[in-house]
Amino acid sequence: MLEFLSGLNDKPFEAVAIILFGIGFTTLFLHPNLIKKIMGLNIMDTAVYLFLAAKGFIYGRKAPIVVDGVTSMEAYINPIPSGLVLTGIVVSVSVTAVMLALTVRLYRRYHTLDIDEILKIIRKEGN
Amino acid sequence: MDFIKNFPFFSIIICLVSGVLTSVLKKKAARYLTYTALFVLFVLSSLVLFYTIQTGDYYVYRMGHYFAPWGNEIRIGVLEGIFAVFFCIVMLLSIVAGEKHIDEDVESTKINLYYTLICLMMSSLLALTYTNDLFTAYVFIEINTITAACLVSVSGTGRSLYASTKYMIMSLLGSGLVLIGITLLYDVTGHLLLSNIHDSVETIMATGEYAAPMTIIIALITIGLSIKSALFPFHSWLPDAHTASTISSSAILSGLVLKGYIIVLIKFFYRSIGWENVLKTGINDVIFVFGIMAMIVASLFAIVQKDIKRMVAYSSVAQIGYIFMGLGIGNEIGVIAAIFQIFAHGVTKSMIFISIRGFKDVSEHSTRFDGIKGAALRNKVSGVAFAAGAFSMVGIPFLPGFVSKLNFAAAAGDFGGTKMIIILVALAFSTILNCIYFFNALITLYTPVVMSEEEKAKRSVKSGALYIVTVVCFILVNVFVGTFSAQILDLIESGLKMFS
Repeated sequence: MLEFLSGLNDKPFEAVAIILFGIGFTTLFLHPNLIKKIMGLNIMDTAVYLFLAAKGFIYGRKAPIVVDGVTSMEAYINPIPSGLVLTGIVVSVSVTAVMLALTVRLYRRYHTLDIDEILKIIRKEGN
Repeated sequence: MDFIKNFPFFSIIICLVSGVLTSVLKKKAARYLTYTALFVLFVLSSLVLFYTIQTGDYYVYRMGHYFAPWGNEIRIGVLEGIFAVFFCIVMLLSIVAGEKHIDEDVESTKINLYYTLICLMMSSLLALTYTNDLFTAYVFIEINTITAACLVSVSGTGRSLYASTKYMIMSLLGSGLVLIGITLLYDVTGHLLLSNIHDSVETIMATGEYAAPMTIIIALITIGLSIKSALFPFHSWLPDAHTASTISSSAILSGLVLKGYIIVLIKFFYRSIGWENVLKTGINDVIFVFGIMAMIVASLFAIVQKDIKRMVAYSSVAQIGYIFMGLGIGNEIGVIAAIFQIFAHGVTKSMIFISIRGFKDVSEHSTRFDGIKGAALRNKVSGVAFAAGAFSMVGIPFLPGFVSKLNFAAAAGDFGGTKMIIILVALAFSTILNCIYFFNALITLYTPVVMSEEEKAKRSVKSGALYIVTVVCFILVNVFVGTFSAQILDLIESGLKMFS
């Protein structure tokens, strides 16, 4: 257990990312408020990007853009995780947009953001 | 002949381009463009399948100017070819048959957007099937999720919006798990292309390093994808989504969308981790247990439903359970049976949904059992299609459901031990439950009701020639899959060899 904790100490970004992922996942899963669910979704996705970025980063190295003629691989970080983060951000933005659109329409119809409340109203309408 | 190698890429691009075009076209033009595109896809995919059978090996197609591992690639073998042909057939028949209901359920100014969704969904399904890159797969999984959720919410009723939101939430939980799984896998192996991951995983497994992370990665991706394909404890979104959407959407959701994720899962197991390594972690036992539970519990739920669409939706959950059970057995016959079940369930369940459209027409838009009493007598073609679907699900010979049940039993016999007994008992029990609810539905549908003249006039709506043609096509496809099952199984077997 102690070993595990000291392992976390070496990798603070990854540890934070996993904690954030847990927070986001639980919020998305359990919170009844739709807006908070969307926030949870974004926290969850951002946590993964933090994890990726932390994994791609190496202390003391620079972004892989050659400006001063240094072509040695040792001078730069791995660019692929950053590329993945960009792609992931695009995906999560579009998913968030769809979720927000659905939330707006549900709110207009039922005047509440609580998904359990909405289910109750739908059951009462009974169709 | 080598020109055919380009066709998978063309298919994806054709879908994407027609998706963009349909968003600016008028309703009719969008509709015919989609039909044409799907038909062209069907021809192209058939040629690809023919080509791969001829050459007897898979090929890798480079996307862009760079070779892997720097560039992206797609990989096509026999199995991918069959999947693509199957997607095209079911998609085309489902949307043609539900045409009238799309007009009724979708706002009249937005009908062309429905076809945009269809095109995007088709492109994402094809990309999921062909891709050889894990991150590309993730992106297209999300595209698939978005389009599927929109297909559910397309009618704009409160219920469909709620169902769609619920679907999105569950799906997003699944994709979150898949994403973190992919990230961890990239960290451990340093690759995103499935074949390269496989090489790294082999070395990692040989040294015995990273045993715990590998188990966690496999578990995360498996759970994520099984939430998306509605495996039993995560199925709660499926009945709502299927009931609330328009008929074509239900048919597509049940027949294709759920299957897309399972294909990714099989690809992940076979091509990137390696089936042997998956068996070592014991994940297959977990999905086996859930699959068995799905077969029984979902069938029990189906019996008590009062709405035929909801009943069929629960039946879908049970059938998905069969697929996961087949994957979980752990021998190759089980996987082949599971893949055959993907086709069998796809063609049968979408036919059942399409036949429900006919009952809805002649029952004043009701899908509840008290409303559709005697509907099969008023709409004979739908009645025959539903009966054929029910017989297939129950397991009558010459229909696909029978063959898949037989294969599962064969796989169980091959494996032996306690698993065999569990599978055989579960199969028998689930078949009896299937009989109960499908024959119950059939009896309701074929019970004559006395109606006044006024009611009769209201309920004798013609479904149209196009609908009848598509239903007949569906029945023929089902009989084809059921009768030529031996050939299809051979193709699956050879496809699975070049799949890994």
